[in-house]
Parts: sequence; C-alpha cells; structure tokens
Amino acid sequence: MDNQKYITIDGIKLPIENERNVLELVRKADIEMPTFCYHSELSVYGACRLCVADIEGMGIQTTCSTPPRDGMIVSTNTAEVRQIRKVNLELLLANHDISCPTCARSNNCKLQDLTRRLGITKSRFKKTDKVHPVDRKSRSIIHDPNKCVLCGDCVRVCKEIQTVGAIDFVQRGSNTTVGPAYGKSLADVECVYCGQCVRACPVGALTPRPETEEVWKAIHDKTKTVVVQVAPAVRVAIGEEFGLEPGTVSTGQMVAAMKRIGFDQIYDTSFAADLTVIEEATEFITRKLKGEKLPQFTSCCPAWVKFTEQYYPELLGNLSTCKSPQQMFGSLAKEILPAILKIRKEDLVVVSVMPCTAKKFEAKRDEFYKDEMADVDHVLSTEGLSKMIAEMGIQFAKLAPESFDLPLGFKTGAGVLFGNSGGVSEAVLRFAYEKLTGETLSKVDFKMVRGKEGIRIADLELGKVKLKLAVVHSLANARQICEEIKIGNSEYDLIEVMACPGGCVNGGAQPVSFDPDYLEKRTKGIYSCDKQLQLHKSQENPYVKEVYQQVLGEVGGHKAHELLHTHFTGRQRIKNQTINIRNTQHPKIEVCVCVGTNCYNKGAHKILKKMMKYVSENKLEDRVGFEGHEDMVDVKATFCFECCERGPVVRINNKIIEHADYAKAKEVLDQEIFVYGELMEK
Amino acid sequence: MENTLLDEVFIEANVKTRQFEKVIEIVEKYKFQKSRLITILQEVQEEYRYLPQEVLTFLATALDMPVAEIYGVATFYAHFSLEAKGKYVIKVCNGTACHVKGSMKLVNALFKKLKLNENKHTTDDMMFTLETVSCLGACGLAPVMVVNESIYGQVGDKKVNEIIDSIIEAEGGAK
Ligand code: SF4
Ligand code: SF4
Ligand code: FES
Ligand code: FES
Repeated sequence: MDNQKYITIDGIKLPIENERNVLELVRKADIEMPTFCYHSELSVYGACRLCVADIEGMGIQTTCSTPPRDGMIVSTNTAEVRQIRKVNLELLLANHDISCPTCARSNNCKLQDLTRRLGITKSRFKKTDKVHPVDRKSRSIIHDPNKCVLCGDCVRVCKEIQTVGAIDFVQRGSNTTVGPAYGKSLADVECVYCGQCVRACPVGALTPRPETEEVWKAIHDKTKTVVVQVAPAVRVAIGEEFGLEPGTVSTGQMVAAMKRIGFDQIYDTSFAADLTVIEEATEFITRKLKGEKLPQFTSCCPAWVKFTEQYYPELLGNLSTCKSPQQMFGSLAKEILPAILKIRKEDLVVVSVMPCTAKKFEAKRDEFYKDEMADVDHVLSTEGLSKMIAEMGIQFAKLAPESFDLPLGFKTGAGVLFGNSGGVSEAVLRFAYEKLTGETLSKVDFKMVRGKEGIRIADLELGKVKLKLAVVHSLANARQICEEIKIGNSEYDLIEVMACPGGCVNGGAQPVSFDPDYLEKRTKGIYSCDKQLQLHKSQENPYVKEVYQQVLGEVGGHKAHELLHTHFTGRQRIKNQTINIRNTQHPKIEVCVCVGTNCYNKGAHKILKKMMKYVSENKLEDRVGFEGHEDMVDVKATFCFECCERGPVVRINNKIIEHADYAKAKEVLDQEIFVYGELMEK
Repeated sequence: MENTLLDEVFIEANVKTRQFEKVIEIVEKYKFQKSRLITILQEVQEEYRYLPQEVLTFLATALDMPVAEIYGVATFYAHFSLEAKGKYVIKVCNGTACHVKGSMKLVNALFKKLKLNENKHTTDDMMFTLETVSCLGACGLAPVMVVNESIYGQVGDKKVNEIIDSIIEAEGGAK
C-alpha cells in the first residue's frame, strides 16, 4: 500500500527515511561502523575506506558515499569486508608514528580504538621514515603531522564550517601532508584558532596547546598567589574525562578538585559574564536609542573577533567594545585582588580554564597587557585541567562538591548561559527588558533565541522599542550575515556570534566526545545550571553591584571603559609576504602598496599598476640632477598594514597614505624625490 | 660607459616590474575566476619560470581564495615549481630502465659536482637546478640526462663532468 522503502542490513530490515547514505542506516541498525573521514555536517570525502560493506549487486562500497535504495541488501561483516577494513587500518597505521603513551589524545583516539576493536596487533607495512617538524609556534594549537592519517576532516571543517581555509592538503603522493601554505606555522596565517579542526581530528595530530606545566610551576612557587577563573562551558563537559555522561553538571567536584590541586582562590568567569551583560547591553541600548553603529555584534568570541579583523574590517565599528568575560575578569582581578588578598600585584597569577583554544591566543593579545603584565597569565583547556586532576590521581566523581570563592565566584544564571549559542542574547534580553520597559521581568526564559539552527532570528518589542536579533554560530553563518550587511540587506539590531557550532560548549579545547548526542547534552546542562541558581539576571548580582559602587563607578563610565572595554583593528592574514616588484639594488625611495584583501577590493592593484608604470617610464633621476640614480625608486607590494578600515593604503618611505589613490600617491612620491634631491645638494 | 651599466640596472628593474604587471594582466584577462586557476598558474609560471610564494599570495587575494588552497594546488601538480630554478635545468631520468643502468650513481655524481643534495636542488649562483623525473621516453639510451633542451644518453661519471664543465666554461668560468 505505501511507498515505504526498505533496506536490509545484516539481515535486519529497516525503513528508509531521509538518510543521505547507507552509513546512517547502518548506524540506525545499532552497528558502530568504523569511519575516519565521515562527519555528518561535512561534505563526503570517501577516502579512508573503513566504512565499506558488501552491497548485493554492487560489490564492496563505501557506505558513507552510497545513497540508500529500496531493496538494498547490505552485509557489513563478510570475510572480504573485514579483510579490506583491516588492511586499510594497517595502512593508516603505517603512516602514523604510534606514540600512544605520550600522545595528548591517548584516551580518546579513534585510530587506537579501532586498532583495538579490529584486533590488529601489528602493521605489516613498512613505516614511512619521513619525520615532519611539529608546529608548536601558535599559542593555541599544536600540529604534529607525524600523527596525521590524512583523513581531511580538519581541512573540510576549516573550509566548510568556518570558511577560513587556513589548512589544506599540500604536496602529493607519499609527500602529502595537511597544513598551512608554504609550510608556515598556524601562528603566521589566517587561522582564527577556533579549534574546530582539533575537535574533528580523529587522532592526536591537532591538539590544544597544554599550559599545564606553566600552571604547575606557578602553583609550586610559594611566593605566588594563584587564582583561577572557570568558564561556564567547562562544568558541563569536564566530567566526561572521568566517565560521567556529557552534560553532567559537575561544578562542585570541579571546584573541589581545583582546591586539591592547590589553586588559592577559585572564581567563576560567569561573574565577569554578568559584568559583560551589563556593559554590553547598556552599550547596545545607547546605540539603539541613538540609532548609531547598528547592528551591534557581540565580541566575546576571540575567534570571531579575529575573523572580523581579517575579513570584515569595515564592520569592526559594529563590534561591541566590551572585552570578553575572560579578559574582563583578568583586568578586574589584577586591579582589585591584590588589596583583597593582601598581596603584591606581581605575586598574583591569574589562570583561566576555558573550553576554547582561541582564548589562549586572546590572552596574549597586546591590548590585554598592562605594564608588561598579562591580565590573564595562563589559559588551561578543559582537557588540560582534567589532565592535572588525573595526574594527581583525584577520584573526580567521588569528590564532595565545594563552592566558588567570593566575591568573584558569585554569578547569576545569565552569566552561565554564555556557554551556549543564544546564551549571550538571552542574558542581554533579561537586562534590556527591564531597562526598556521599566518593568520587572518575571518569566526569564527567552526560548526564541535558543535552538540549533545556524542562524536564528528573533523579533520582539520591549516597551516602545522594536528589536530584531540574530543568533549565529559557526563562521560560515557569520560570513553570510556579514555579506548581507555589506550589501545593505540587514535590519538587525543585535547579532550574537559564536565561532563554534553550538557555542562554547563545543569549543576546541573541550574533551573530544564520541557520544553522538554530546552537544545536546552539554547544552541542556548549561540551561539546567541556570535553573539551579537563585538569580537569573545579571543586574541582580549583588557582588557585581558592589564592584560598580566601589571600583567601576558608572556603567559604561570612565573607569569601566578603562578596565572592561577595548578596541579592534584590521589584521594581516599571512605574515612575511612582500613582493619585491622592482627588486632595486640600491633604492633611495621605497614605494609600498598594500594589496591585502581589503585594499585590493578597494582597487589597490590599480594604484599599484599606475605607480609601477610611472616609475618604469620616467627616469626619475633627472629630477634629482645626479647621475647614478637611475634605479632610485623601489616598488613593493605587501599584504596588509593592519589599518584596513582606512584602505587603500600606500606607504612611501615612512609616509603612510590612507584612503589612497594614484594622484595622492604620486604627489607624495614626487615630494620625496624632491626632498632627496635637496639632501644630495648639501 | 658607466652610464650604460646603470641604464642596464634600470632596464633590469623594469623587466621585473613588467613581470608583475603581466600577473595583474593575467588575472584581469581571466576575470578573477577561480575556475581558471590552473591556466592562471601556468601563465604566471611562464613569466617567472616558477611560482614565487608572494605572487601566489597575491593570486589568492585576487581570486578570493585561501592561500593554503592555492598552495595545495600549486604543489599537487608536478608541472608547477615553487622554487626558483637555475639557468640550466638538469633532469636525470630515474625510470626503471635508467635506474637499472645506474641513474642514481649519476645523480650522486652531480650532487658532488654541483654541491647539491636531496633537499638542495639549485646551486647558489642560480646556474644549475637538478631534478629527477620518471622516464623521459628514451630508455634505449639509459641512463639519460637532459639539460634544458639537449639530451645526453649513456652518461657515465666522466661524461657528466665534461658536460657540466663545458657549460661552466661557456658561462665564463668556474665561480
Ligand atoms: S583552528 Fe579553526 S581556523 Fe584554525 S585551522 Fe583549525 S578550524 Fe581552521
Ligand atoms: S590533522 Fe587530523 S583531522 Fe587533519 S587530516 Fe590529519 S588526521 Fe585528519
Ligand atoms: S568514512 Fe566512508 S570512506 Fe571514510
Ligand atoms: S588590507 Fe589591511 S591595510 Fe591593506
């Protein structure tokens, strides 16, 4: 009667619904099919060939790239299939350096897991003897190509989910590796350190940079007082490293474990998130009422911030000037804790525990140093903290819960929501509602901003003010929104962006989970934290109020600006790339035209072309009146002077010309030639 | 007299400038289309005889694609070279026939003669570049070596030294 289509897998008959490939159905039959290169949210690559099965009439096929058809009969464990799978895995092993005991991913490596599962005890293939250098230069991520199995997951995540494309397959044949252009380090390219590649890597080829040794050292140093702040998303994931379900709220155990490790004070980044809400919402309301610089983007995700600096400098003015909670915490801690803890500022060490690889980079940004002292000294990843706990042999799950220290450990539910995509918006709404309507908000949940879709739009009216919000996660979606704004197609007032799909709970420094529902579970965990707390609105946090009274003064005021706000500028995508166009031997004057993307899009190459022509066709030496100066002007092209908002940019000797055009540049060049002539005269 | 020399410097710089002008013209000709990447790379390589890194970065900007992707493509095809090559490009065949007839011995002789090694393919004076290729289609003459357009067969130790020496001499003596 019906058109229901069926497939048979290992003798089990299953209805075909909307599955895109046989693999999804195999999983529905409760068979954990080995896969290395398949991720449901990415394009299909079909390279590892571990997901093979025998399909009647079609022979051996990779199930991840075969669409299901009615009447298909699939066997996942014939002798031939098993044989192929084993050989493929052995080949992967031959490409791998098998340094399991010392590997950061030893406890959750797909390769190790499958080797064990398929009962492989040795690889019969000759190991490649090439040793690649390990890239340890970036603050966020360590890349060890010797462990790479070339599954390409990271490449596709970076390109498809984040639209960054910092890494790709390079070279060919047996020399193939994955990495940035020109063999550069991740530190020197457009990588935004979101860590989504780390999360995707099935082995230990991409891992968060550990900072555990630096932290241990500070703890062991008796002259130092080490305080730690913990981000919201950590508490719903760290338990996974100790056998708990994803999403289990283990705040109390986590605090207890950190006390045992020896941190002197244990605080909560959510406290700083409450501060962020007040500052950022106030900034937003001011902009909205004045009709200025809208839409306002959130700025608490450092990967998103770097992304904007690189790709959308013209939108930097739309970013909230608020520092992220991590950095607000850092500057406030360095300002007030020495007096509270009765120590010298030099002896205070601020550590943070973050679900995020980009936070490690953020803490080292120049703006976040004061008097050569970092606001946040060390950033541990969630998995880094769990390693410290494991090293001590602490039985995490058995610990009696303990609570955060005051005052910086006190938070409202709004501050904890920052861990989820949609959380910042919801927290801001809880504040803006009361500000704009003058009423007390009784039902605090704003369900319209919650959910899974990559772009969620909410229209609402607070008092007389109509608001249009967008909640965006993953940078591909952020790019889409930015493009809409660029062509003038946007009516948004506030846009929340988190680079990681799902938000910080899915950050690159979280434990890697193989549970298919880990993300939903962690998200739920965050909402349940909010529920469990007594207070849900940042403006009700008594300690935040106290900080305003005693230290910060007015919201958005002078002191608040000094401690809690920052600024952003255009950023180079790739370091050390200058085209020596004329390659002059003894240049007297240097003309350097920026052809970075932003200047390029504003026509920089046309300026360059005309300047090249001018210099080539005119014997500029005649102006100086001295012989031997034929080749006096050198022309170069460079990529980004980091002031893209004011592009196109041309530099002539040390004169920077912003909003340049050919006429302006030529005028300055002529002037420089004249000045040089005068100089020679003397 | 002196003036001519300096004029030459000016001309030389102009030639270099012209090369880069050509790059801009090439991307303009193909209307900044990513789909023409391979053709664009080919034409740019004709200008420079290789693909300079910075020029690749420029192309990535002009074609609006990640640098890593363009680098990936450029390193995937053997036809493209990311290294500046010497004036004389020596290709030694390491196909089966040549291998059997001792082409690796030939390579080693050239390594020694030109002070090159596995990782250094071009001499410091930018005179010679040494490459190995798989089968030049002249197996009857194994081991075979090609210098720019000239083919040499059955090259032994003595012969290889003679060939190189005669080039160096033609170029105005050893450095
Ligand atoms: S950290 Fe993010 S931007 Fe950097 S390579 Fe990985 S996925 Fe790409
Ligand atoms: S680094 Fe990891 S994710 Fe990327 S290709 Fe290698 S094994 Fe796969
Ligand atoms: S998972 Fe199907 S080929 Fe890799
Ligand atoms: S692209 Fe950044 S200054 Fe030109």
